[in-house]
Amino acid sequence: MSSDHSHLPSDIELRAKALESLLVEKGLVNPATLDAIIETYQDKVGPRNGAQLVALAWSDAEFRHRLLADAAAAAAELGFCGRQGEHLQAVENTPEVHNLVVCTLCSCYPWTVLGLPPVWYKSAPYRSRAVSEPRSVLFEFGTELPEQVKIRVWDSTSEMRYLVVPMRPAGTDGWSVEKLSSLVTRNSMIGVEAAMPPEQAAS
Amino acid sequence: MRGGHDLGGRQGFGPIKPERDSAEPVFHSAWERRAFALTMATGLLGQWNIDQSRHARERQHPVAYLGQSYYENWLAGTERLLLEAGLISEQELAAGVAAAKTRSDLRVPGPDDARKILTSGGPAAREIDRPPRFAAGDAVMVRRRYTTGHTRAPDYAQGCRGRIHDLHGGHVFPDANSQGDPVAHHLYSVEFSSRELWGGDAETFEVLIDLWEPYLVHADANDK
Repeated sequence: MSSDHSHLPSDIELRAKALESLLVEKGLVNPATLDAIIETYQDKVGPRNGAQLVALAWSDAEFRHRLLADAAAAAAELGFCGRQGEHLQAVENTPEVHNLVVCTLCSCYPWTVLGLPPVWYKSAPYRSRAVSEPRSVLFEFGTELPEQVKIRVWDSTSEMRYLVVPMRPAGTDGWSVEKLSSLVTRNSMIGVEAAMPPEQAAS
Repeated sequence: MRGGHDLGGRQGFGPIKPERDSAEPVFHSAWERRAFALTMATGLLGQWNIDQSRHARERQHPVAYLGQSYYENWLAGTERLLLEAGLISEQELAAGVAAAKTRSDLRVPGPDDARKILTSGGPAAREIDRPPRFAAGDAVMVRRRYTTGHTRAPDYAQGCRGRIHDLHGGHVFPDANSQGDPVAHHLYSVEFSSRELWGGDAETFEVLIDLWEPYLVHADANDK
């Protein structure tokens, strides 16, 4: 990393740099376009989008209905649309059913509402095990579900993208949408964790 | 193809070891940021589609695919697509210096074009006039198919029986799209029991997989 003074560029750093300078020299990429792309996914699009959708669904029964009926249209109401969110489906956790999302073939993920996927979501252990032993996967995230809760795993093999709507934590009656959204973690919208309990929320 | 990418149900990869949700940066180093942006920006040249770019990553040697990080695989895929499209040469890639002029027919998007394309997206849904072959509740089986090409029928589901959970309408068919043919077929959400996928000793759960019509047959049919 750049803070490490003994650091020498690795092969992969040199390779990425060489490709970039070649493509810029050949006029195949515009450096300002690269910056615009990075800015979009590093600073603008991220899991706070999805958290707003979930918090709104918890607070507003009509919005919840729209989100579950057509999540792409409901997300567009808040301006969350674009690449990797064109065909969005919201799947709701209940006391009976727990949903978990994976992409075993690559790392498909609903960018418009969650941003870019975390490293673990793209890793071989998660991609291989989420569809064969989801309960042990959840356990590694500290999530233990009662035996009778049915687990449904969504393997994102098409351009459909899945957003988990976690259950609203108890003890949050009367909370504002904004305050509720602080309980909705990225991991809860992938389905590996529950939403944060209110006592853990930053006040 | 059953490359290093087709990971569902593979064993031996060990624990997941997630970083703490709130502490994880979007990119873990500067080169990841550049590899991501280069992949997106070259994709905007319109010389290949999403299935061709997935296939370019999948065609790597499985040892390379599994040994590399996600963005290393992206970078390798992007280099391959650029080479195969004739936009750069092996010599240029090795030297990092341009040797030949760029094709003049290419439109290179500027930052405003890119923002517009990224926020408007590119839907994969298509109107098709054929009625769907399957209805919700139908028992189906995933064909076992041999292909060295791109497919989105994961190996672990092939030969297994499930039930149609939902119909998504017509969607571009990846197997053909990766060959440059954007034909659409009906797409279904198909539900499988863990017992069917993994046998009776597995945990009890359900898996829902999006599968296109050509991947499926009626479960009572003999046309495996």
